[in-house]
Amino acid sequence: MSEDLVLSLHHVTSGYREGGIFGKKVYQEVLHDVSFDVRRGEILGLVGESGTGKSTLARTILGIVQPDEGEVIHYTKRPQMIFQDPFSSLNPAYTVGWILEEPLRIYGKYDAAERKRRVRAMLERVELPPEVLDVKPHELSGGQRQRVSIACALIRRPRFIIADEPVSALDVTIQAQILKLLKQLRSELDLSFLFISHDLNVVYQLCDRVLVMKSGRIVEQGSVEEIFDHPKEAYTRQLLSAAE
Amino acid sequence: MKQRNWYLRAGLFLTVALALLVIVGCFWTPYDPAALMSGPKLQPPTLQHLMGTDKFGRDIFSRVLKGTWTTFSIALGTVAVGAVLGTVVGALTGYFGGLVDDALMRINDALTAFPSILLALVVISVVKPNSKFGIIAALGAVFIPSFARVSRTAFAALRDVNYIKSARLMGAGSGRILLVHILPNTMPVLLPAITIGFNNAVLAEASMSYLGIGVTPTNPSLGYMLSEAQGLFTAAPWYALCTGFVLVLLVFGVGLLGEGLQRRGGEVE
Repeated sequence: MSEDLVLSLHHVTSGYREGGIFGKKVYQEVLHDVSFDVRRGEILGLVGESGTGKSTLARTILGIVQPDEGEVIHYTKRPQMIFQDPFSSLNPAYTVGWILEEPLRIYGKYDAAERKRRVRAMLERVELPPEVLDVKPHELSGGQRQRVSIACALIRRPRFIIADEPVSALDVTIQAQILKLLKQLRSELDLSFLFISHDLNVVYQLCDRVLVMKSGRIVEQGSVEEIFDHPKEAYTRQLLSAAE
Repeated sequence: MKQRNWYLRAGLFLTVALALLVIVGCFWTPYDPAALMSGPKLQPPTLQHLMGTDKFGRDIFSRVLKGTWTTFSIALGTVAVGAVLGTVVGALTGYFGGLVDDALMRINDALTAFPSILLALVVISVVKPNSKFGIIAALGAVFIPSFARVSRTAFAALRDVNYIKSARLMGAGSGRILLVHILPNTMPVLLPAITIGFNNAVLAEASMSYLGIGVTPTNPSLGYMLSEAQGLFTAAPWYALCTGFVLVLLVFGVGLLGEGLQRRGGEVE
């Protein structure tokens, strides 16, 4: 079974302690008994209002936050993340070429020529011209920047990607292009995605399955058709009607 | 059309011109700056003595060239010590936060609480009075807190930016993140702070010389010469004016440079 999975969460509960040095610390639960699997090759949507713990869930999966209970099991190495705001996800001090090479430099197993070769190959995959290698991120458009962010996340060939609202800062036409690119890369590179979004239209276009999250709990999960056509939970129906 | 950054250009021009003068002054001066009776005593500016002579008949222009070098090098050394150590402290406290932050910043606050000249006095009495090295050490120590504060803010602001998060996800170590990923992005804040620090160092050195705990008379600085000139202001006004003019040019040039850098930083944002 496990070769068909990239990630499993079993009864994950996570929170943080609030309060100063002198005040009593209050435990604030953010995730409550969250369990789900990400299957190989799928794009799993995660929807819910802001403040429901979607980002905490992402941080827990990436190991930035340790779960207080339950376990996170990765079946792949080094998951990567694509961020919402393409303006803050690329280091403004360096050229695109440097930024794309950096993950490989950190990895440390390739020489300069091999790194350059891999960067060019990845650039082609995200459909950017080689000229962008020599420019700094602020000279690029939002869509181009997001392509660079995607290339940067993929350059070390991870199998699992968390995408946190990757298109919500972009124009609708650009959104469609990026979504198409993500689908294409998924099949070319055998990727699996956890796709966090509040935009149900985007989730409907892109995802295979959907998790609906409310106040730190997964209230409903199922295929896109199940969730969108036959929602069981009142909360899901509420989200859907708000999106119309 | 992008507006030209005249502050940066003018600042660069002035600073480079003075720096060239300083370099020339290191190797060649019209007269030996320490030689007594290079000309008549207290002579107003002439073609032989461009800035006149002082009460010992020493050529003021030669002494200004030498003195600018002294002032320049002390200020540069001070800023180097203060900026490097201050940035190290600021980077560690800003990036890691928590206990390191609390401990180091409280020490910083304690240092800031002393008047800077008093603090410099203490340091210099411990280290080596009346030497360049002692003054640089003393002023450098005094300058650490302000740099620490500026760089701490800059590092803390960038700590949780997405590109830093993603560098961490790639597995970059803390050292690499601080030096390679964050440091270049703090330059729009740090460079202007360095130029302001340089000017403060020039003035601090001048006031220390004025108080007699600065450099020795054989190795004059602009500040030392100004304090000497003060007593002769009615007898030889050119002494104070010429020395003061060079000091003002130096501070003004570096100030413009700082303003220009700050504006350039603003354009990139």
